[in-house]
Amino acid sequence: MPRDTLLVFRHTIGPVLRSPVTIVISMVHPVLYLVLFGPLLENLVRVPGATNSWQVFAPGILVQLALFTGGFAGFALLPDLRAGVVERMRVTPVSRTALLLGRVLRDVVVTMVQAVLLLAAAAVLGMRAPVAGLALGLLLAAVLSGALSAASYTMALSLPNEYQFAPVVQSLTLPLMLLSGVLLPMALAPDWLRVVSWFNPLSYAVDAERALFLGDYAATDVLVGVLVVVVVFGFTVVWGTRSYRRRNA
Amino acid sequence: MIHVRGLARRFQTRRATVDAVRGVDLDVAAGEIVGFLGPNGAGKTTTLRMLTTLLEPSAGSAEVAGHDLRREPAAVRRRIGYVAQGGGCSPQGRVREELVLQARLHRLDRDRARRRVDELMDRFALGDLADRTTATLSGGQRRRLDLAIGLVHDPAVLFLDEPTAALDPQSRAHVWDHVRALNADHHATVFLTTHYLDEADALCDRVLVIDHGRIVAAGTPAELKRQVSGDVVEVAGPRLAALAEIAGRLRGARDVATTADSVRFRVPRGDTALPELMRALDQASVPLTSVQVHHPTLDDVFLAVTGRSLRDDAPEATRAA
Repeated sequence: MPRDTLLVFRHTIGPVLRSPVTIVISMVHPVLYLVLFGPLLENLVRVPGATNSWQVFAPGILVQLALFTGGFAGFALLPDLRAGVVERMRVTPVSRTALLLGRVLRDVVVTMVQAVLLLAAAAVLGMRAPVAGLALGLLLAAVLSGALSAASYTMALSLPNEYQFAPVVQSLTLPLMLLSGVLLPMALAPDWLRVVSWFNPLSYAVDAERALFLGDYAATDVLVGVLVVVVVFGFTVVWGTRSYRRRNA
Repeated sequence: MIHVRGLARRFQTRRATVDAVRGVDLDVAAGEIVGFLGPNGAGKTTTLRMLTTLLEPSAGSAEVAGHDLRREPAAVRRRIGYVAQGGGCSPQGRVREELVLQARLHRLDRDRARRRVDELMDRFALGDLADRTTATLSGGQRRRLDLAIGLVHDPAVLFLDEPTAALDPQSRAHVWDHVRALNADHHATVFLTTHYLDEADALCDRVLVIDHGRIVAAGTPAELKRQVSGDVVEVAGPRLAALAEIAGRLRGARDVATTADSVRFRVPRGDTALPELMRALDQASVPLTSVQVHHPTLDDVFLAVTGRSLRDDAPEATRAA
């Protein structure tokens, strides 16, 4: 299985390596938020324990990056589905989990390259955070983007028509983003909105990332966030493997 | 090599239940080339997708390459090759990389994969295309690559879905040559679907005709043609009425029809009817200016067993999978 995963990974990372520009294209959104929205918060938000608002805003944008790169990953599967690549591979003895994980691994790697660039940009803008917190934050974002990309592939495999994919993904990612407190902490939200956000796994990821960037490693937020992200990852991988096994069946 | 009993597949859509395949029985011996002939929507591709483990059957059982299809799909996958109608190359993939990947997915180690890919690139004349992306290949080149991909692990059975659909005549002939060579040199069993009668006729040892999800006729192309319609004999001469009368008295002759300048009739076998006809005409001193024997095509077979021509695609079943 690890061997199969690497084979699929190498196959799908090929086009990315040949035109690395694609890495930059899918990070435009988060970068725009970082550069054009982040500065507005500098005088608005005062967070206890933080040197400035970037320490609160950047972790949110990191989650947003994982959401976009992971959530839209399924787009890359559509041409392969159309061309019959997926079917061709399903008639080989390759592990079904590897068919999914090889692609997920590609997306995780791409997300990590983007995340490092993003955090570097944030540092230029004035973010300061402990190195260990940044590293742990990246690790959590990696698992999160893996979970989201597995979910995205599952949707691409399950929808009866490929043109349904874009509207479905868009109408899911936007509420997930707004309800996670990526842009502003959900502490500012009225009660009903905060209650709704409890049902969004991403809000736990955002809370955990913020705690990590503040160096608050022992916080309950970190434990809860890690647990939620790991459970969601496990769930989406099982779900995705099932759709690879049962596609059209 | 393939044994199928009662294989069926039902699709449930919101509005209706579609029985795409309704209980197919078939056997393919090792080393045979068998053609699955039928119009679009007849259930060809659905059957093929079941036999290649892509689609779970609703009912029935099958043994493919020595393994039970439903209980050991992974073992079946190791021993079969499958070339889908549209192929299966990544548009951005490169010819050689695609082949190596397929070999590696079939668990060949790096060295064996390289040797095998070299061999196939040679056999399918892909050497000059090694670093081209598959999207830039011509139809014929793509098909050669698809075939090479299907053969990378030297499968016991090769499944081809419409192997020459949308190919130019020259590329079609090449594909036929490759399939024949594969069968002759490597004793591969080949199971292919087609809706081209000439393809089934030219390539297949045996033909199964499928319509509305059922096999409606089976046999060698020659058997099917003989069983269904016999040969058509067309004779011409100055005294058409006399010709028609004598032709009608031949053993087994039927459907005698006189046109403006000839007489047509059917006999079970044209080659044995001709000497008899000549003698009878000679005795009656009826002059003959020309004789033609038309052998029936598989198109006639199809018309006879299904009641419609192969070219009229069933509109209600255009989407079988």
